[in-house]
Amino acid sequence: MNKQAKQNNKKENYGAIALRLFKYVASNHKLQFFIILITSLINALGNMISAVFLMYLVDKVITPMIGVSNPDYSQLTEKLIYLGIFYIICIISLLILNLNVVKIAQNTLRSIREKMFSHMQTLPVKYFDQRTNGEVMSLYTNDTDALMNLVGWCIPQIFSSLLSMIIFIIVMIITDIPLTLFTLFVGFIMLVISKYIGKKSANAFINQQNYIGKINGYIEEMINGQKVIKVFSYEENVKKGFNKLNNELYKSNITANKYANIIIPIIFNIGNLHYVITAIIGGLLIINDIGSLTLGKIILFLQLARGFNLQFLNISQQSGFIGMALAGASRIFKLMDEDKENDKGHITLSNIIIDKKGNIKETKKNTGLYAWKEKNQDGTITYTQLKGNILFDKITFGYNQAKPVLYNITIHAKPKQKIAFVGATGAGKTTITNLLNRFYDIQKGVIKYDGVDIKQIKKYDLRKSMGIVLQDTQMFTGTIYDNIKYGNLDATPEQIYAAAKLANADKFIKKLPNGYDTIISGINNELSQGQRQLLSIARAALSNPSVLILDEATSSIDTRTESIVQSGIDKLMKGRTVFVIAHRLSTVRNADLIIVLDKGKIIEQGNHKELIKKKGKYYELYTGNLELE
Amino acid sequence: MIKKLFKYTKGYRKEAIFASIITISDAVIEVILPFYIAAIIDYGIAKHDINSTIHYGIILLILATITLLFGIFWSIYTSLYSAGFAKNIRQAVFDKIQTFSFKNIDKFSTASLITRLTTDITNVQNTCQTLIRLLKAPFMIIFALIMASRINTNLSTMFFILIPVLAIGLIFVLIKAHPYFKKGFAKYDEMNNVIQENVSAIRVVKSYNRQDFENSKLNKVAFFVFNLFRKADKIVAYQGPFIDLVVFSFITILAFISTKLIVSGDMTTGNLASLIIYSMQILNSMLMISFSLVIILIGQASTKRIVEVLSEESDITNPTNPIYEVKDGSITFENVYFSYDKTDETSEDKNYKLKNISIDIKSGETIGIIGDTGSSKTSFVQLIPRLYDVKKGQVKVGGVNVKDYDLKVLRDNVAFVLQKNTLFSGTIKENLKWGNKKATDKELINACKLSQADEFVKKLTNKYNTVLEQGGTNLSGGQRQRLCIARALLKKPKILILDDSTSAVDTKTDAKIRKAFKEKIPNITKIIIAQRIDSIKDADKIIVLSNGKISGFANHKTLLKTNKIYKEVYDLQIKEKNKK
Repeated sequence: MNKQAKQNNKKENYGAIALRLFKYVASNHKLQFFIILITSLINALGNMISAVFLMYLVDKVITPMIGVSNPDYSQLTEKLIYLGIFYIICIISLLILNLNVVKIAQNTLRSIREKMFSHMQTLPVKYFDQRTNGEVMSLYTNDTDALMNLVGWCIPQIFSSLLSMIIFIIVMIITDIPLTLFTLFVGFIMLVISKYIGKKSANAFINQQNYIGKINGYIEEMINGQKVIKVFSYEENVKKGFNKLNNELYKSNITANKYANIIIPIIFNIGNLHYVITAIIGGLLIINDIGSLTLGKIILFLQLARGFNLQFLNISQQSGFIGMALAGASRIFKLMDEDKENDKGHITLSNIIIDKKGNIKETKKNTGLYAWKEKNQDGTITYTQLKGNILFDKITFGYNQAKPVLYNITIHAKPKQKIAFVGATGAGKTTITNLLNRFYDIQKGVIKYDGVDIKQIKKYDLRKSMGIVLQDTQMFTGTIYDNIKYGNLDATPEQIYAAAKLANADKFIKKLPNGYDTIISGINNELSQGQRQLLSIARAALSNPSVLILDEATSSIDTRTESIVQSGIDKLMKGRTVFVIAHRLSTVRNADLIIVLDKGKIIEQGNHKELIKKKGKYYELYTGNLELE
Repeated sequence: MIKKLFKYTKGYRKEAIFASIITISDAVIEVILPFYIAAIIDYGIAKHDINSTIHYGIILLILATITLLFGIFWSIYTSLYSAGFAKNIRQAVFDKIQTFSFKNIDKFSTASLITRLTTDITNVQNTCQTLIRLLKAPFMIIFALIMASRINTNLSTMFFILIPVLAIGLIFVLIKAHPYFKKGFAKYDEMNNVIQENVSAIRVVKSYNRQDFENSKLNKVAFFVFNLFRKADKIVAYQGPFIDLVVFSFITILAFISTKLIVSGDMTTGNLASLIIYSMQILNSMLMISFSLVIILIGQASTKRIVEVLSEESDITNPTNPIYEVKDGSITFENVYFSYDKTDETSEDKNYKLKNISIDIKSGETIGIIGDTGSSKTSFVQLIPRLYDVKKGQVKVGGVNVKDYDLKVLRDNVAFVLQKNTLFSGTIKENLKWGNKKATDKELINACKLSQADEFVKKLTNKYNTVLEQGGTNLSGGQRQRLCIARALLKKPKILILDDSTSAVDTKTDAKIRKAFKEKIPNITKIIIAQRIDSIKDADKIIVLSNGKISGFANHKTLLKTNKIYKEVYDLQIKEKNKK
């Protein structure tokens, strides 16, 4: 898939992306754009004016006055004052230009970053399944950085260089046409050479990237397995393996760098040659009295030639980044174009009170009772009390439409029942729970929640009514307190401590030097896997959901701790409909309904006693005749 | 810091020196060029002298061609040098990591080590290229000054005003902006951390409907990043106008004074043209210095991170006169104290993960270890192959302190199957050979038979030549564990440690493994950490760990009578069984 993505990128029309980027930037900064245009122009004129002044000085002041005994400088002084004023204008306009570029660049960067992130929040889980975390991260780091460079540096530089070059050429044409033609000829040669080297360089970099990828893969694998390497004293072998890849990278690195480095001296020195030859040709023209050249004009031309070369160098230096940055921009836009998680639900969740007659009334107070609120077409409102009655009705699902992983599954969980899923890895246990909170949408069949098709329920409200404890316990950088609070942002401290106690996390938290204020990180090593699981159980407890999903929630806890946690989990499960996926069959045993899955199909269901009696697959699993993984 | 890295230029110093020499020579020629430009103007063009024009023209052409060649050579040698330097450092860092003890590895996170080996090294390479390019700048300035003073000593004093004024301005901007950049980069890391956590926890975010919360979390830190970089960039935005101000004024004054001098015959037009070029050369050199300083500053953080790895000393090293033979598989702990953190002799007991452990294990015994999460079971066994060092007391294997053994010998004799185990990309055979490079196929199969892996490997289409993906993800957890055990067995160790290594293996296979161990490798001391009592019930002795202390050390029967914790675990697990 990756390869294909790369090919697609190549085919991408950079022009279209550049235009889109331009529109994106310009839409919010019309005034700034105008200012930049004007100031860049003034600035380009400023680049040229000192050269013109020099010509004036030589031809109009120096040459006529040489040998004059009493030279009159009054006219020169006057011109100097004009020049000074013009310079001041140039300097101020450059400052305005720079500040506006900074403004545009930083604003754009910030807005892109925030938009990208907030849009990412709305993307379906599928988007993240299809990419590694590293791939998504690089959008925010490499690609955004490249874009920043483009907007804040490359484009303004190239723009003002181009402007300067145009002005230089205009002045050159006015000054002397043959010399101008020569300059254009040299410009053409420089263009051809830099294009050629640029192409070579790009290929060399792609080649190098290949080796970088290889060595990075090796590094990642070995550093991750570093402890195994130690245990097997395998260091020397690993070093050798690394050395081989390192040498390959070294070779490709030389080539890539050579091309990258060579372009500057070549262009610069062709510029030097250009300069020298201009002087020679100009000199010969004057001496032989061809054309209208003067000494001042030659000096002017030499200055212009130098300026022309420097601007060309500048552009060729910047242009290397453009391709890279546009590729990044195209990836960023692709993220922003991704379809949002679709949500056509209109039924919401409300707090209610039920009076003695059984009538449901909406309230803003937190009563602990909820109802699904549906606005009917005639304007009336229907309330259906949230009970946690869940029915999977003949559902079929595949991550890839053509390849179903669940076939015709029917499960009925009555309110407050505990449903357990058992089966090998890949049997579809987690998938079923992912369908319930609509991380994915089913292809056939219907899931009903208290009689309501979950597709009719707003995702926000649907998920609000559910709690989930996953196998991978994800924490966020911050205090333990805040991490539990994630379950309910409005929770009071008392509620948070109570939730921690319920999950039996309280005990270990208190033992930490900073207690609840201990700072943990997302990818932490500070806590054991088991402790993190306790925290995520506490987090779920705090959110007080009506339906609870426990996906291998106790897999990393030892038996004794588990028995302690279990009492917490038991308390947590009380009064809720619970779906449990567990590796350990002890966790499963007292479920009201056990579903045994195999390859996406239900092969057995019933409670523990019934299934044991049946002596089927469950029995085999339970007695240890089958490996559960 | 740079000193520390200097030795990694080894093998590529010639290229570096060559590149430097070319750079400096290049500076000389570039400074000479304007001199001949002045000559061609004054003696050739102004005097309408064709011969002089051609004469100086040819000199100029030769010089310009030489600089072109220099430029090409320069880029070749710089590439050779910097690529070689990067290669050396990369290898050195990787090799250094290989010497790390577990403690060193814990100190740097995996992710940070990977960054250091990749991005940071690229940054350092860029810095090193910049450094050579930078060499040109001071020489250019000096040579240009010399040439300028040769043209007109009085006028050249103006340069002595120009240079410090420019320098002060550039440095001022750098100093003003740097703190913002520094803070900005720190915030930038923080922001990326928020994003990273969000991406990996996206399911949690969605389950709890925390999208808005996450958005505001990001926006908050993104604003800081925005604000800091904007401030920094705003300061930098003054640099260009300031330079223009200085240079414009300078050239204007220079031109005015020169005009008078030329008219009075003390100077020539060509001189003026070359003076202007010199001032531009000086300006460009100074800009180059300030630009390079920025790159070096960026590279500095990376350099620091790399040097950090390179100067990290492994806290577990070979003794000076190591012992190369492990007599037998007996293990003795004598008043052992252990902690992962810094603790000294006087630390209180509660700071230790293991407290005053004394125990005797005879060669060939099977020892079970059981205990709660966090009771330091893993810490305990990791001391045996000296993956960590004790804080107090000593650990002996075969009657000798583990610190006296050659590390490789010790670890070859003490096979350790880690809890978080890894298989590497490659065939099953290649993975097994980690245990013993020279193992024959028969030995491989034997080891796999013992660990009950042979059975499933045989069923794979390519059998022992089946290619495993990174982490062995194309096998089930139980299968991976069995291969890891086989890999350890191939070392033919005297002691075998299994740290919860059969957790994903079904109970029947687990029992088969235990039986095979008992019958086929009775002489190996086996230490088994397990959560299932079944897995260790038949052990000669069982250690019950609680809170870093030994709460019981006896066989199953005795422990049931005497140890409360053991009894509790047993009851919990037996109850389940009886319910069947």
